[in-house]
Amino acid sequence: MLPLKEKDKPIVQKLLSAGCCARCILRFCCVRVQAAYRQPQQDTLKELQAFICDTENSKSQDSAASEATEENNKSHDAAVSEAPEEPPTKRVKLEPSGTDAQSEEDAAAAAAAAAVTLKEEESHVCVLCLGILHQFCGASQAVKIAETVKEEKYEFDTLVLSVSLPAQLCVREHSCWLHVKKEVREKGLVLDKDDVIQVKEAFKWIMQGLVAKELGRGVAVVTRSAFEVGVEFIHEATDSDCHFLASACPDCFKPTKNKQSVFTRMAVVKALEKISDARFLKHYPCPPAQPSSCCSLQDVQCVHVSVFVAGRYNKFCRSLPQTPWVIDGERRMESSVEELIAAPILSAFRADGFNFSSSGREDVDVRTLGNGRPFAMELLNPHKSRLSRAEMKQLQETINKSSDKIRVRDLQVVSREAMSRMKEGEEEKTKSYTALIWTQKPIEREEITFIDDIKELTLDQKTPLRVLHRRALAVRQRVIHSMNTRFLDPHHFYLGLKTQAGTYIKEFVHGDFGRTKPNLCELLKTDTDILELDVESVDVDWPPVIPE
Amino acid sequence: MDGIEQKETEENAPSVIDRYYTRWYRADMKGKPCEDHCILQHSNRICVVTLAETHPILQNGRTIKSINYQISNGCSRLNNKVSGKSKRGGQFLTDFAPLCRITCTDESEYTIYSCIRGRLLEVNENILERPALLLEKPFTEGYIAVILPKFEESKSITENLLSREEFESIISKRNVAESQPS
Ligand SMILES: [Zn+2]
Repeated sequence: MLPLKEKDKPIVQKLLSAGCCARCILRFCCVRVQAAYRQPQQDTLKELQAFICDTENSKSQDSAASEATEENNKSHDAAVSEAPEEPPTKRVKLEPSGTDAQSEEDAAAAAAAAAVTLKEEESHVCVLCLGILHQFCGASQAVKIAETVKEEKYEFDTLVLSVSLPAQLCVREHSCWLHVKKEVREKGLVLDKDDVIQVKEAFKWIMQGLVAKELGRGVAVVTRSAFEVGVEFIHEATDSDCHFLASACPDCFKPTKNKQSVFTRMAVVKALEKISDARFLKHYPCPPAQPSSCCSLQDVQCVHVSVFVAGRYNKFCRSLPQTPWVIDGERRMESSVEELIAAPILSAFRADGFNFSSSGREDVDVRTLGNGRPFAMELLNPHKSRLSRAEMKQLQETINKSSDKIRVRDLQVVSREAMSRMKEGEEEKTKSYTALIWTQKPIEREEITFIDDIKELTLDQKTPLRVLHRRALAVRQRVIHSMNTRFLDPHHFYLGLKTQAGTYIKEFVHGDFGRTKPNLCELLKTDTDILELDVESVDVDWPPVIPE
Repeated sequence: MDGIEQKETEENAPSVIDRYYTRWYRADMKGKPCEDHCILQHSNRICVVTLAETHPILQNGRTIKSINYQISNGCSRLNNKVSGKSKRGGQFLTDFAPLCRITCTDESEYTIYSCIRGRLLEVNENILERPALLLEKPFTEGYIAVILPKFEESKSITENLLSREEFESIISKRNVAESQPS
């Protein structure tokens, strides 16, 4: 028995005549009992036809149904997806057996119902959902969705189903709402357009269980999951159905670069909020006209939310950029730090792509030694999202064996939130460097020792000319906390520096046309240049150290 | 990013400029004899305008009396301001746009020109306080201005300029001509 009340009768009658499918009628009667949508569409249709023909027992039936509705409304939240509902057969048995006899008693209603049945058989396409709750809701569609998911070989325990619908469904919904507004409002004071069950919702109620069953392996289809299976429907007449809205509310439909059509769901909803009922009715049939065709299933797309991996890297090579180096569309170096690290990680997580970030970066000719530089990677659409500690260790070894130019440690899966800790307070962090310095004038061992005594030296650094083409021009203050020197020969010495993060070391050494002040040329009163630079440590205490 | 350099152990290691910049020249700017300019171009297309070593200001022990970036009543290069990564608001210069006028203590006056098309990023204000920088370190701390050519013109702007070899050959001919009795 469908949870319908006497007051639903005119709604059911009007919508049946308009060419709505049985499930759409349940939606407009605000039925929130999921099982009612899951039973075979033909059974529901028969019940609805019987319901409008039946005038005699209506009173007693109504009160019973009303109780059932309330009870079901209370319990519907708990019944979401995972809980297997009663099998549909049980529902079918509940159908009143005396339908035919009763319908004969009311000739007029029977004729209406017969006409509706005929219409249903002739056209097959619901004027409201354009077939989504009818042709596209069933076991065979669930098999199709499940097959697509299986093909991609994702590893997951739960999934969430999402539906994308053609925009004119909103227009048709609005038209139908205007058609039965009076009747729906009479059901109860508080009912409004928003109380009509959405096509999306009904689709999920029907399909979630079926898809889960097809996937097997204890997979649950739930309302919240890291793994999303999106089902996209389109309809050939979306533009022509929505076109009148563009002339009525032109400001809602501004062409955008990325979208193929201006009639996006958002824009259509916005326009429908603006347009007056009178104006709408002038331009669009109410109830909506018979569609020429059914929707089509455009695509089933699987997306897993990103997984984040962090660690620290060493760079031992002076001809390796951190990221791919491309000038004028041409690749300059054959590899990069991020590619060497990313390749094994991408294949372990079977991800589609990645975004690499790190705590600062070094130039192509700079090595990063010591404990290395913290980095983090966002892995896009990973097909495998969980690796055990042992698997992560194995992955780290794979990376380290793949190249002697880099080395990785502390490799671990982290949360998106934790990633921000890497960038937090980056300016306050200190970095240690060793630079090989060349001096134009010959120097003596004791001539450079005064540098060891310089503490907390504040520099005014104009944006270096070498990066000025891509960064804003500014003067930044940076602090060199301490320095030490190691004499090599009359033209060379090693300079150790402990600095505030963001200090440009090369410019401090050669002065950058006097644009970094003070600089080493000034301190030593000769031209100086930097021949080699190593990062000795990046003092960021994230990610956590993993004991070897 | 800088190129990869071999470790230089020789005393005559190339200067900082030669490691990172290409030198271009303009000789006898605007037809004025010996008023040669030098343009240092970084691989990132940024250009630094300096005097060439042959410029009259650097000859005969001249000293500088004043440097003026006010090139007309309505325009001072000191008012140039650029903002953001895209360097909005910078004055756009053509080849013959004057950058500043330099007066020497012998009252000779010279105009320094942009030599290339591009957006003015900055002028060197340090030489206003210490004009001697221009004489002591004309190619580094004594630079005149920094200019960013348009991306699509970064190759073509140097077509009108002389390479270092071309410039040196002009200078050697000039010296020969000077030494010959007229
Ligand atoms: Zn429908």
